[in-house]
Amino acid sequence: MTTPMSASDTLAREFLGIRSRLLDVAAALDRVDRAAGAVGDDPRAAKLREALELLVAGGAERAERLQLLFSLPYQDQWRRQYGV
Amino acid sequence: MQFFDPHIHIASRTTDDLLAMAKAGCVVVGEPAFWMGYNRSGSNSFYDYFRQLTEWEPQRCANHGIRHYAWMGINAKEAEDVGFSREVIALLPEFLDKPTVLGIGEIGLHKNTKNEVTTLLSLIDLALTRDEQMLFHTPHLEDKYKGTRMILDILRADSRVDRSRVCIDHCEEHTVRLALDEGYWAGITLYPTTKATPERAADMVERYGAERMLVNSSADWGPSDPLAVPQFIFVMRRRGHPDSLIRKVVFDNPLKFFNQSVHFTYAPHEQA
Repeated sequence: MTTPMSASDTLAREFLGIRSRLLDVAAALDRVDRAAGAVGDDPRAAKLREALELLVAGGAERAERLQLLFSLPYQDQWRRQYGV
Repeated sequence: MQFFDPHIHIASRTTDDLLAMAKAGCVVVGEPAFWMGYNRSGSNSFYDYFRQLTEWEPQRCANHGIRHYAWMGINAKEAEDVGFSREVIALLPEFLDKPTVLGIGEIGLHKNTKNEVTTLLSLIDLALTRDEQMLFHTPHLEDKYKGTRMILDILRADSRVDRSRVCIDHCEEHTVRLALDEGYWAGITLYPTTKATPERAADMVERYGAERMLVNSSADWGPSDPLAVPQFIFVMRRRGHPDSLIRKVVFDNPLKFFNQSVHFTYAPHEQA
């Protein structure tokens, strides 16, 4: 199933919303930069950079890949580790 | 359009909310037992809460023409205390027999710990022993993917599980396919910031289809919206989806899922 709307109509509808959210991201990153101290070594900052790169790189299923980027890894041996 | 909100915490909402939901077309709600925002001091506190969910809230909803059903369980956050959980689990059979209880929920994992798993196994065993439906909470944020896969591992290992009577709730883009592919119902929770927005829920329906998909507000004491399901309806209509498809997600699907409980007696009127 796909959206009944065309890509062009979808972009037209989403454009201002996307622009607004991108500005929110840019302003929040500026805010971090302006604040005292540094977060260069903070893994969360690295994760955000990775997320932005994922969006720029394009490709399908961006939302799913972004979710996985922010997820802890699953280990299939967990039951043995927990003894259950 | 009439709709179900199959997962909402009415105990945390005002009568004004119920009125707004009724006016928007809500006819049935499902209320799973959950964490109240603070740990309870004893199992008696759970006892009173279960009474609220099976006696008071059905009445409060009925005053607005909404049918109220509940799920009984101990939430994953308080399940970390295994001894305390055992005390609460011992209370459940009495309430599972109440005429508006659909099954055991919301149960699941929070931080995916060994203790949480121990409690969860007890709850699942109780559900399967009693032939109850189950509603699963999946963890928040970075814990969701791992916890969802652990829950699915546990269920897959038990041959007694009838997947058509289980809902994996709070699914997002990285977990919804896991639930659907294994034959479970997939719940999508519509939240303003965490979980999924109505727009992203509509994306998931477009991406994976409407079969075994449920949407809910899970509205509680935190940032949430008791009118999130009608907001989803609006988003779907705005995109040009037919009412038949929207109705399947917000009415027909939860009706079918809930109908598998012996205690579910709601009968839809003519065309909603």
